[in-house]
Amino acid sequence: MNDFFSAFADDLPQLRSGLWVTLEATVFGALAALLLSFVLGLMSLSRLMLSRGVSRVVVEFFRGTSLYVQLFWLYYAMPQLTGYELTPVLCGVLAFGLNYGAYGAEVVRGAVNSVPRGQYEAALALNMSPLHRMRKVILPQAWVQMIPSFTNLLIQLLKATPLLWLISAADLMTAIEKLRSRTGETLTAYATLLVCYFVLAYALTLLMNLLERSAKRRLGLAAGGKSLLKSRSAVSAAQAGGAR
Amino acid sequence: MTKDFDWGAVGDAFPLLLDGFWTTLLATVFGTLVAAVLGLAIAVAGRAPSRLVTVPVKAVMEFIRSTPLIVQLVGAAALFTSVEPLTVGIVVLGVHYATYTSEVYRAGIDAVPKGQWEACRALSLTPRRTWQAVILPQAVRNVVPALGNYAISMFKETPFLAVITVHEMVFQARDYGTKHFVYTEVFTLAGLIFLVASYPTSLLMRKLEKRLGH
Amino acid sequence: MATEPLPLQKNAATAAEDVVPVAVSKDEGHPLVRFDKVVKRYGDHTVLDELDFTVERGEHVTLIGPSGSGKTTILRLLMTLERVSDGVIWINGEPLTHIRGQDGSLKPASEKHLRAARRKIGMVFQQFNLFPNMKVLQNITEAPVNVLGMDRDKAEARARELLELVGLSGKVDAHPSQLSGGQQQRVAIARALAMEPEILLLDEVTSALDPELVAGVLELLSDIARNTDITMLCVTHEMNFARDVSEKVLMFDAGRVVESGSPEKIFTDPSHERTREFLNAVL
Repeated sequence: MNDFFSAFADDLPQLRSGLWVTLEATVFGALAALLLSFVLGLMSLSRLMLSRGVSRVVVEFFRGTSLYVQLFWLYYAMPQLTGYELTPVLCGVLAFGLNYGAYGAEVVRGAVNSVPRGQYEAALALNMSPLHRMRKVILPQAWVQMIPSFTNLLIQLLKATPLLWLISAADLMTAIEKLRSRTGETLTAYATLLVCYFVLAYALTLLMNLLERSAKRRLGLAAGGKSLLKSRSAVSAAQAGGAR
Repeated sequence: MTKDFDWGAVGDAFPLLLDGFWTTLLATVFGTLVAAVLGLAIAVAGRAPSRLVTVPVKAVMEFIRSTPLIVQLVGAAALFTSVEPLTVGIVVLGVHYATYTSEVYRAGIDAVPKGQWEACRALSLTPRRTWQAVILPQAVRNVVPALGNYAISMFKETPFLAVITVHEMVFQARDYGTKHFVYTEVFTLAGLIFLVASYPTSLLMRKLEKRLGH
Repeated sequence: MATEPLPLQKNAATAAEDVVPVAVSKDEGHPLVRFDKVVKRYGDHTVLDELDFTVERGEHVTLIGPSGSGKTTILRLLMTLERVSDGVIWINGEPLTHIRGQDGSLKPASEKHLRAARRKIGMVFQQFNLFPNMKVLQNITEAPVNVLGMDRDKAEARARELLELVGLSGKVDAHPSQLSGGQQQRVAIARALAMEPEILLLDEVTSALDPELVAGVLELLSDIARNTDITMLCVTHEMNFARDVSEKVLMFDAGRVVESGSPEKIFTDPSHERTREFLNAVL
């Protein structure tokens, strides 16, 4: 075990850059997913049938085909088909964005629908335009509803990043995998890796809980101090059902 | 650099992928079974009277749920080299998803009115009888759609098993692709097979959910 | 559009009359609101059945009747929250629900037409429906600034005046969730007034309030009725309110007007059996 940790210390720069790649893919993947969630989610709420239809097809397509296949398709198949080659990390960001964006679209749709109808009616009675209603009244309230589900999806996304290892993206998993094969310390290596991801997941959950708290405060809702430390999964895993 | 879509390769690879598909299905079915049974056990253990049981159970659940399935798979396969990869895969999938299904059961158990527990105590039923005859039959009824949804999620994550050399569909696709350098065709095909298999199932689950009034 | 903000002044023309005849003859000019054979159906269920009635400018009308008689639906149709199934609603001689074609024929209104038509109408809801993501002041200024294009400073000054009118000067920076139901409803009233409506619709505005808060809100509405020329349509179960504020009471049953008249007439000497039954049940 000492072998492993001395090797760990030696490899610190590689590990740091591996961690960086993992975080990069997580953050940019999540931002892409967030953007797509809103685009597809709002399209699904449109009055136009075409817009709803397109959103439905895209969402079902990226939910229905496995993330794993999407990633491989972007990495292996797309260069063959189009001649364009993306870097592995970009493949990851794109695949995560598309896949989790499709799930996020349902979150956006559900949250917007959960805003009480009276809010829509009050905004209409004040003669606000549809865009104005959505931007200033509906979305700020729906946003609070979305955060717990988004937290869930964010952690799922983080947990999917080791897939980058399979397309040689030099992420955290790749870095520790190298250490493992050099030292032969299988148990220690994977335990360390798991702990790393656990810490990352916990840190992200904490950040999202902070975000939720500030969003709630803006609505004048009191958020108990305890809620910061609440675990993400216990709250929303069950109610999300098949969210992922 | 670019190549035209090779329909010949599609026809060629299709039987191979279908072969892999059966392994995928097998892993999903048995993985779901493990998750369904183990999840229930975890949920019941979570209601144990002693914190010596509930706290460690909760901690382990939290840890498994917060760490990547793929690392768990690779780690388990490296540790249990003598066990067949497919078996390792099924167990790891099952355990990972059990941490989710246990929440579904927990919600179901929490939804059983408190009066039911009190009535059992009033009748001096043993804990075993209480669970078996009163609580579980009420708790489990509504969890079917949620379990179904997790089965679909698991189905879409079975390609992870390729990493530990289980010859499921994506493994076959990648294998064929590497040998013949026709990635586009095989991965497109694999994606479509996933879509065709999972979409109707998720529609079915949605219908079931509606019928059960969620 | 911009009427003199505050102090609120009563329109002299409507001051004298207490009792207004129900059927206004058409050659007297246009009534402010006219329902012309309005039908509203939900599926097989007919809520309003060829309803005819008019409201004159400056009138304060109370709609009473058993629940399910279609009172609230009338307000919702006027606010264009719902569309008519048949018939036409006229506001000041112009169709609200329809657009007049070149040949004079009426076509169902577009969203654009509705937005223009809605400008004259404001509504206060049973559940207040304040925007929880905005503080009290912004709840009131949001629409004047972004819908009417009012200067922000001017809108805020006016909002403060309105808050003073409703007795909440101290709550400018409060969140709606920090207010009691009665206070929230006062803010909602101020918010509706900030849009300077010609017609104010009040939909059971005291029903969701604790009993001890009802009187204050009713008093405020009486003040507004006395001191402005805003036309009011109220749906309420508060018969005191009907008596104190309105000059005209319409009794509804099964989607039709059963009886109408001054509050004194309706409450002391109803001519219709259904009205008598209803009043016996609620008073």
